[in-house]
Amino acid sequence: MSPTLAVFVKECRESLRDKRVLLNALVLGPLLAPVLFVGLLRFTIGRQLEQADKPLPVVVIGAERAPELVTALKQQGMEPLPALADIETAVREQRVALALRITDSFAEDWRAGRPAQIDIIYDSSQREAGGQVQRLRAMLQNYSWRTGAMRLIARGLVPTSANGLLIAARDQATPQARGALLFAMLPYFLILSSFLGGMWLAIDSTAGERERLSLEPLLINPVPRAQILLGKLCAAAAFSFISLTLGLAAFALAARLLPSRQFEMSLNLEPRVIGTILLLMLPLVFLIVISQMVVAAFARSYREAQTYVGLLQLLPLIPSVALSVAPVTPQLWMYGLPLIGQQLTVLRLLRGEAVTALQPALCSLATLLAAIAAFLVARRIYESERLAVNA
Amino acid sequence: MIDVEQLHKSFGAKVAVQEVTFSALDGQITGLLGPNGAGKTTTLRMLYTLLKPDRGRISVDGVDAASQPLEVRRRLGVLPDARGLYKRLTARENIAYFAQLHGMDAALIRQRTDALIGTLGMHDIAERRVEGFSQGERVKTAIARALVHDPRHIVLDEPSNGLDVIATRSLRDFLRQLKAEGRCVLFSTHIMQEVAALCDRIVIIAAGRVVADGSPEALREQAREHSLEEAFVKIIGAATVEGLA
Repeated sequence: MSPTLAVFVKECRESLRDKRVLLNALVLGPLLAPVLFVGLLRFTIGRQLEQADKPLPVVVIGAERAPELVTALKQQGMEPLPALADIETAVREQRVALALRITDSFAEDWRAGRPAQIDIIYDSSQREAGGQVQRLRAMLQNYSWRTGAMRLIARGLVPTSANGLLIAARDQATPQARGALLFAMLPYFLILSSFLGGMWLAIDSTAGERERLSLEPLLINPVPRAQILLGKLCAAAAFSFISLTLGLAAFALAARLLPSRQFEMSLNLEPRVIGTILLLMLPLVFLIVISQMVVAAFARSYREAQTYVGLLQLLPLIPSVALSVAPVTPQLWMYGLPLIGQQLTVLRLLRGEAVTALQPALCSLATLLAAIAAFLVARRIYESERLAVNA
Repeated sequence: MIDVEQLHKSFGAKVAVQEVTFSALDGQITGLLGPNGAGKTTTLRMLYTLLKPDRGRISVDGVDAASQPLEVRRRLGVLPDARGLYKRLTARENIAYFAQLHGMDAALIRQRTDALIGTLGMHDIAERRVEGFSQGERVKTAIARALVHDPRHIVLDEPSNGLDVIATRSLRDFLRQLKAEGRCVLFSTHIMQEVAALCDRIVIIAAGRVVADGSPEALREQAREHSLEEAFVKIIGAATVEGLA
């Protein structure tokens, strides 16, 4: 058995016996993100659906002045609530979400065929106000247009002449693209799974081993330190990769649990895409694990290593957030950046868009080079006297 | 045979070891005696190539440590100051891991591990996980791990640290047995009785320098004292005063 293999086997065996490592690498790492993500999505999507079907409760003031209007609104899903005194204060104090005031002059204006005024009273700083106001406004406009049209017909005019424009919105997003917009953060969650999967082993086998005073005996063996390092990082990479695979499988499963049919969305997570994503992420897994080991080797203690490595995993959040908040048109050179290249490519794959051979090749090559550079740094640290002795 | 010549090492401004010269012969037990902080551990760490000396030369059986560190490590069995074991592995797995790192095959590992488990009386703990071992059981496991590749040279840093009287006594017997097998045994300690009971040769280190080197009898004569302990205190005392001056 080569020394590297011996180190690899020992690190894996020891980790498999550690409940904390197992919990983090094989349960929390792959599952936390999908569960959180799907839960959040279901919650927001469910809410939107619910609200679209639910009756809209509105406090109506002066309902007696326009019984026909109230009846028409009721037919469209409004639920009139009895009037309150000082409605502005009630809305400001959030006792009432939305109110409609039919003004004193309404009946008179209506009969005279003049535009009759209606006030919508709401608080735009309330989170849900926007959607509700929009619904109410649409109901009112609908009613307004209908009566207007009727009046024109009564005067012998064609009602469509009152409309200068005919507007139809035609959304060009493919069903997949709409799904992937929601899933723009998914690449980050995959990267997070890789981070969490390798993290404990990376810390445990460097800072942990030093703190438990087993690093010095290990380094006295007649094995070049680079080989020991290689064995350790392969073990960490194996755990990271397993965590990633489980996470991806969890996402594929979770995507089915989403009420995607109602939104006409589908996410391309068929086995072939999963395989491609795994292959694409492999060099990144190594880069991540080596970075974690470098950081952990710098730390003086286990706790310090935990803190630093914890901070390190926030790093990929930056491009993820940037890409989902301000989507850019990806340029070819962006695929040459580790982390960003994978995120862009994974997004394209999820959207069911064509991926040229050049994009994943460029991003894998760049990541591989970065991983090799990081390995050289790690080897330098491993070969320094400081590593074993400062304990 | 271990040869150390004119060894020098400093950490920043602090000089840890200077001009240390001694040799340890095969079939003998050599004791590196000195108070805490005298430079014993640093000297041994340079010997087993964990640290690089600033100056000086180390050779084991004529193999130069600076140019062939792996060869030197192959010839040494080391119980270092840090003797951390892997607590989620059994004693046997701990020993086998180091044997694998020495490139031994499975059959040989089995044979050597069984032999050491027998010699060190570890039958009842061999298949247990190290977590929860007593200090004595840990030291036994660490020693077995250090000797699994059947080295000719054995280097132990404060081997009796933390052991009770019984365990210390069986450790001494074990070291005598290694000596009887013709091996070169070198160990460090700050405990006078230990060298008196065991050593053929004593090297006394104080403030990073060798202040005396010889058989127990020769040291007693050098200090003109009847007991070795008095001799030790006198020699160390002189060195420390010199060092302070």
